[in-house]
Amino acid sequence: MAKPASKRKTPAASTVQSAPKAAVKSVASNRSRAAKNEAEPDNDSALRSLQEEHQKQPRYEASDEELLRFYEQMLLIRRFEERAGQLYGLGLIGGFCHLYIGQEAVAIGLQSALDNDRDSVITGYRDHGHMLAYGIDPRIIMAELTGREAGISKGKGGSMHMFSTEHNFYGGHGIVGAQVSLGGGLALGHQYRDDGGLCLAYFGDGAANQGQVYETFNMASLWKLPIVFAIENNQYAMGTAVKRSSAETEFYRRGTAFRIPGMDVNGMDVLEVRQAAEVAFKHAREGNGPVLLELNTYRYRGHSMSDPAKYRTREEVQDQREHNDPIERAKKELVERGKTEDELKEIDKRIRATVSEAADFAENSPEPEAAELYTDVLVGKY
Amino acid sequence: MAIELKMPALSPTMEEGTLAKWLVKEGDSVSAGDILAEIETDKATMEFEAVDEGTIGQIVVPEGTENVKVGEVIATMAGEGDDAASKPAASQNANSDNVAGEGKDVGRGSEPATGGAKAIVASNEANAPTPAHDPEVPEGTAMVTVTVREALRDAMAEEMRADDRVFVMGEEVAQYQGAYKVTQGLLDEFGPKRVIDTPITEYGFAGIGTGAAMGGLRPIVEFMTFNFAMQAIDHIINSAAKTNYMSGGQMRCPIVFRGPNGAASRVGAQHSQNYGPWYASVPGLIVIAPYDAADAKGLLKAAIRSEDPVVFLENELVYGRSFELPDMDDFVLPIGKARIVREGGDVTIVSYSIGVGFALEAAERLGEEGIDAEVIDLRTLRPLDKETVLASLAKTNRLIVAEEGWPTCSISSEIVSICMEEGFDYLDAPVLRVTDEDVPLPYAANLEAMALIDADKIVTAAKKVCYRD
Repeated sequence: MAKPASKRKTPAASTVQSAPKAAVKSVASNRSRAAKNEAEPDNDSALRSLQEEHQKQPRYEASDEELLRFYEQMLLIRRFEERAGQLYGLGLIGGFCHLYIGQEAVAIGLQSALDNDRDSVITGYRDHGHMLAYGIDPRIIMAELTGREAGISKGKGGSMHMFSTEHNFYGGHGIVGAQVSLGGGLALGHQYRDDGGLCLAYFGDGAANQGQVYETFNMASLWKLPIVFAIENNQYAMGTAVKRSSAETEFYRRGTAFRIPGMDVNGMDVLEVRQAAEVAFKHAREGNGPVLLELNTYRYRGHSMSDPAKYRTREEVQDQREHNDPIERAKKELVERGKTEDELKEIDKRIRATVSEAADFAENSPEPEAAELYTDVLVGKY
Repeated sequence: MAIELKMPALSPTMEEGTLAKWLVKEGDSVSAGDILAEIETDKATMEFEAVDEGTIGQIVVPEGTENVKVGEVIATMAGEGDDAASKPAASQNANSDNVAGEGKDVGRGSEPATGGAKAIVASNEANAPTPAHDPEVPEGTAMVTVTVREALRDAMAEEMRADDRVFVMGEEVAQYQGAYKVTQGLLDEFGPKRVIDTPITEYGFAGIGTGAAMGGLRPIVEFMTFNFAMQAIDHIINSAAKTNYMSGGQMRCPIVFRGPNGAASRVGAQHSQNYGPWYASVPGLIVIAPYDAADAKGLLKAAIRSEDPVVFLENELVYGRSFELPDMDDFVLPIGKARIVREGGDVTIVSYSIGVGFALEAAERLGEEGIDAEVIDLRTLRPLDKETVLASLAKTNRLIVAEEGWPTCSISSEIVSICMEEGFDYLDAPVLRVTDEDVPLPYAANLEAMALIDADKIVTAAKKVCYRD
């Protein structure tokens, strides 16, 4: 059974693990010394430094207002996605629809730490949550899901292809792993313009096995691009468990060969995610090159709406929901800080109303005009 | 009997070069691996090594001689010992074979002209048929002679000077000055921030380029050849071509993917393919495949300025050909417009890229036989200029398509469809396709020549639609 949030090792254990590895390495470098110009000394501590910093202080010290905002944003994603699932069942949403339920803390924790005037974000097809994390109107997101003119892509993109250049959100990409190298390009743009921004590029544990991810790691590290790679490890690539697909299941170590420091983060706690973002963004923004974040999380729903879910037990999902839910965790903490049940109920009621309004809007908006079929193929006239 | 040292070919397409410097003199003893001379072409400088021991006999071609043909004897060498005469002939061949180095094509110079593509290429290189001036150029404009390679470089340099968002990235584009020297000098002028050497990682850097375009820059991504772009085709099509549509017009992708395309010379099946039809089938892309230097420059400048993703297909065999180019400050041509490069009334030959050279050569020969052929260079493959093709068909009533590429699902097939659907009433004969053979390109010189299009095949097809065969 996968236990995403609890897999982090103690610092002592990882030191013991790395000792024999270092010995092997020194033999190898002796052997190849003649062939190399001037090999840099093995500096594994640099690769571990961010993780160590994160472990020293894993949780962000949020004010009451901040925590409340995170809670509301996560709850909006949860309720929005539940409603999207319903609309899919009613046939109002077609094609592929990948829900973000269970993973809310990742997008909220990371995106709350961005500088929205400068930074860019790119992700794969499980993108509704990332859009909502920007505060983009839920009505135009839902209207895109139902394929309506009022949708953020005029109904021509759908669930997997949503963009908001206004918010520096670059999609919304349906080819697994493609957003990683595209994100490398966005980061190159930040560096080229010297605008102080960074790119946050999300991808899943499945995409982490794509070749272009490592091509991008190489160039991003070589050129010291300001990019934070965020692997949302939700334990399953469609129906394939991480351990059945990956030789190295500790994804935060996947950048080691490219000298990219990694961080192993509990993706089910919005404050841990936020704190990790603080460390990672600072590193990337200061010109030190990329950071690789592994956010250990869990998706409660199927890979897409058409997932038979035969690859895991009901109990496993239930266990995560009951013991590890990011929204429940935040709620509990809010109560400890003095929020009343009534206040929280009021918030839930308000969010449900927002989502209902979005769903009504999406259902009642007109489909695109027939003429839209031929627009936006090319920008220029030739 | 002396061994003849022959001018080596330094690349598969080299026809001649400059013997820049001799590093040995007559009477010197040399052993295998000694550097004998330095050879230069417009693309590269290479060292010419001895492969056998011996003594330099006579230096036939002095240093500093330009335009030395590949295969020409440049020196003689006595073999080891006095008894050089007993050396078998095969060994002499082996000697000259080996010194030819990479991509050697020994025998090219002495090969009888069998009508193969190679012989035609050689004759074109020396004396390329000159198309009519572009109609967009005002009368009286002075003309300068430049190679296609220089025209492409100048186009990039001018656009980089005009717009600091424009940069070029790819394998060997900076320090090496371009694998085919198309980016020569750009690093010196624009520096490493704007002329970026990438690792050999096409999928990755095509994605990075595409992402940079989405983020507001104007990248020129050079593929060393389009064969390698197969690794990156996902980003060209799924990421670059579809973004504007999928985002409802929100997110643009102004990028140019450029590099040599089509068959080169003797490089085998994996390095010899025309991707024009592949990319031209994709909505959301602009696909340009110019032939001469003026079109290369004017259209590359237009491509860099375009708000849309452009696939710009060049041809290695054409890089070194010289053409006249209007001497204008800012020579930009319209995308999506074909050009009538030779006017005629009897039959239309539609072509693009290197095929235009063959078509012009065929047209000259048809003229000698009393057939007045019109030659159209499509220049842009997507969007395709149907109007120019159909107007010519209405005039000549006979049309063939000459394409250096496979016949199936080709640009030729597309032109045939257009003629059937929109020009049926004009047709006095079936439209014929003249293309490469429907096989992977073979290595052997004779088979390669058989597989590729040439002027003979175009002449035959033109006569057939004129019922003159």
